[in-house]
Amino acid sequence: MLTVPPALEARDLRKSYGSIDALKGVSLEVSEGELVGLLGPNGAGKSTLVKIACGLVRPTRGTAAIAGAPAGEPEAHRSLGYLAELFRFPDWLTADELLAMHQRLAAADGGAAERKRLLAAVGLTDATDRRVGAMSKGMQQRLGIAQAMIGDPRVLLLDEPTSALDPAGRRTVRRLLEDLRERGVAVLLNSHLLSEVELVCDRVAIINRGEVVTAGTPDELSRASGVEVTTANGTRMFEGADRDEAPRIVRDLVAAGEEVFEVRVLRSTLEDAYLEAVGEE
Amino acid sequence: MSGARVIAVFALRESVRRRVFVVVGLLTIAFLALYGLGTWQLFDSVGDFDEPIEGVDARTVAGATILGLAMFATLFLGCILAVFLTLGAVRGDAERGLLQPVLVRPLRRRTVLVGRFAGAAGVCAVYVVAVFVAATVITWVFSDWWPDRTVVPALQLAAAVTVLTALSLAGSVVLSSTANGIAVFMLFGAGLVAGLLGQIGEALGSRTLDDVANVVSWVLPFEALYQAALAAITVDTVGFTRLAIELGPFGGAEGAGPLLWPYTLGYVLLTGAVAAAAFSRRDL
Repeated sequence: MLTVPPALEARDLRKSYGSIDALKGVSLEVSEGELVGLLGPNGAGKSTLVKIACGLVRPTRGTAAIAGAPAGEPEAHRSLGYLAELFRFPDWLTADELLAMHQRLAAADGGAAERKRLLAAVGLTDATDRRVGAMSKGMQQRLGIAQAMIGDPRVLLLDEPTSALDPAGRRTVRRLLEDLRERGVAVLLNSHLLSEVELVCDRVAIINRGEVVTAGTPDELSRASGVEVTTANGTRMFEGADRDEAPRIVRDLVAAGEEVFEVRVLRSTLEDAYLEAVGEE
Repeated sequence: MSGARVIAVFALRESVRRRVFVVVGLLTIAFLALYGLGTWQLFDSVGDFDEPIEGVDARTVAGATILGLAMFATLFLGCILAVFLTLGAVRGDAERGLLQPVLVRPLRRRTVLVGRFAGAAGVCAVYVVAVFVAATVITWVFSDWWPDRTVVPALQLAAAVTVLTALSLAGSVVLSSTANGIAVFMLFGAGLVAGLLGQIGEALGSRTLDDVANVVSWVLPFEALYQAALAAITVDTVGFTRLAIELGPFGGAEGAGPLLWPYTLGYVLLTGAVAAAAFSRRDL
């Protein structure tokens, strides 16, 4: 039986810059149609991981593959779309010219229709003929996302794609990501915005000091932390209890003669899980 | 369209949009106008020679000398163009975040280098040929003197600026833009100084200076090409006229022989291969 390789596969990736170990053996898989969030403090190794997957940085050890092709090879790049954290486009090009150039480089045959569709998807329909140099940072970031989607890549690596966007722009990108997931595109989203990751990602990997310290679905990471009950005698906390235990707790309190006014099931947030994982207050 | 061609066309369009060619064109017109003025004045004086030296064709001596000066200026302008079109092509563009979106497209890094080289070398080669031809025509208009060869020196100047482009592009892989620009101009200066040393060595009969000039000419073949181009414009001139030319500042030049062309080709290919190897190992 033919097995389909993961959209993105990193195995035991290590990267050293002199005496500094940026990655210490990171393994990660992103499947088709999956949206994986990559979280971690500054300098944790997130961008290094993404750059290795793009072939921009060579790993010291380990392998990375895009749709089964070794990272950095043209076969891998055929399936890849990428938006760097720090990027610039030539300021003398218009939005349409920039996309046209990337179409030629990617040998994408979508033509003007694809460019129009992508600019509409990121909300830049009115900026088709505007020069990059005359665009705001947010507009350039939208254009960067459109550029990454040239040629309908199977895998998208987005490094802080919404850092310069206003709330409306972030919502546009969120919807776009959901749409990509529906179309089976695998997305690795590197972001500092935990709320954004929590909202759109199927899985989250938290990296700290070059290692994946925890991974799972946002639900798994933001687990129940207790049940808080307000009675005539004050507020009581039942630590560790979850939603299923709430009726029993209420029954026991009523049976003990207490009047229950309010019950709240508490969950730790992704932020709590993140701070716990990276060992910071 | 192949990846290299897309990159080359993109580089050319960038130069057009950024008005590089307009600036270069205007400054070149200014240079040629000044050259024309100088040539007119020179041949006006040559025409006034009361006592011509027997056996020496003053027009040929003056023509070869002034055209030699124009060839030096042409190569210098070509060098400036080559450096500024390529000095930040790799590391500079990567530091600014311009290169990464291109490199994640399905093309090899060496393809990007080939594209940048083709675009820059093509522009520089056409430029030096055009300026050389213009200077030659200006010289002919004011003097009625035409060099012994025109096609070969034009091609040699084009090859010289191609070597400079390859060096500058290779430098851009490992050096920052400023350091690369300085390095290439230093190499250019070193080549010219070596050429001057060779002429001084010949005048003084110094074997050491001659050897130094020869070695530098092979290490930096743009200098050997320039010297060969200078030699070619008076290659058929003989007798006292030849002796008089050799007394001038551009007269001591010698052709490096038939090996120069294959050597130059190998040099450019080797420079490209070293640059491609360094680029392929570079983290961006």
